[in-house]
Amino acid sequence: MKLRIIVTLKNGVLDPQGKAIQHALAGLGFAGVEDVRAGKIFELELADDTSDAAIDEMCRKLLANTVIENYRVERA
Amino acid sequence: MKSAVIVFPGSNCDRDIATALEDVTGTAPQMVWHGETELPAGLGLIALPGGFSYGDYLRCGAIAARSPVVRAVVEAAERGVPVVGICNGFQILTETGLLPGALMRNAGLNFVCRDVSLTVDNSQSIFTSGYRSGETIIVPVAHHDGNYFADADTLDRIEGEGRVAFRYAEDVNGSARAIAGLLNKAGNVLGMMPHPERRIEAAHGGTDGRRLFEGLLEAVG
Repeated sequence: MKLRIIVTLKNGVLDPQGKAIQHALAGLGFAGVEDVRAGKIFELELADDTSDAAIDEMCRKLLANTVIENYRVERA
Repeated sequence: MKSAVIVFPGSNCDRDIATALEDVTGTAPQMVWHGETELPAGLGLIALPGGFSYGDYLRCGAIAARSPVVRAVVEAAERGVPVVGICNGFQILTETGLLPGALMRNAGLNFVCRDVSLTVDNSQSIFTSGYRSGETIIVPVAHHDGNYFADADTLDRIEGEGRVAFRYAEDVNGSARAIAGLLNKAGNVLGMMPHPERRIEAAHGGTDGRRLFEGLLEAVG
């Protein structure tokens, strides 16, 4: 099965890269870009019998740093 | 004092810290490759060096924190063996959970490579007994991801427990509460972004870093 895992910064965590992208968009003349948050997407191909618990553990143990990041799992 | 330096693919300050340790302690540290599962016995210090372990893939220090040897480092730290993580080593220590918080991209987005002023916040630890509390020292930094983050409750807790070893005395990277170096609760683990191993002899422009290792040698024996 194919999964997408989307990792985003938690609210309240400053995102300097998002800010730089926001400023770059403004510099290109795009008005009204009020905020940008950068994140990561992982596409995983897993054996069909992989349990939800194992997927959650992969996120918590490695793919996301839960001190600063949230994650969510999307099934293709 | 017997010591070990952990070497990861992408470490680049491993020989600097080894030279510093040999100079101060008189004994060359053992270099331990990341794939090892055991550490030498009787260590007075384990050092996690600066660099770009595993190319900083995923997050700085993330892959190194899950490598075989770091499992042994975590076990040793939990038994009370002194562990210092410098720069990438600090990032690895937060990724293992031995130290709270995380190191994020510098607020100014630039790689910062220069001498900075630090204030010694706590001179009571085994790592900082060579300094006086409140003293200002000069130690170089060289990092892109040194912006310390933790939630407000965690920051209050670590400050209340006297766990901030060093603070930046100037704006460097946007770190919360200007934290540059942080101790674990037991006081045997120190993570810091600045590089004391690059301030060991007069030819380095100063010896403020040397005193960290001299203090540790005196404390650990």
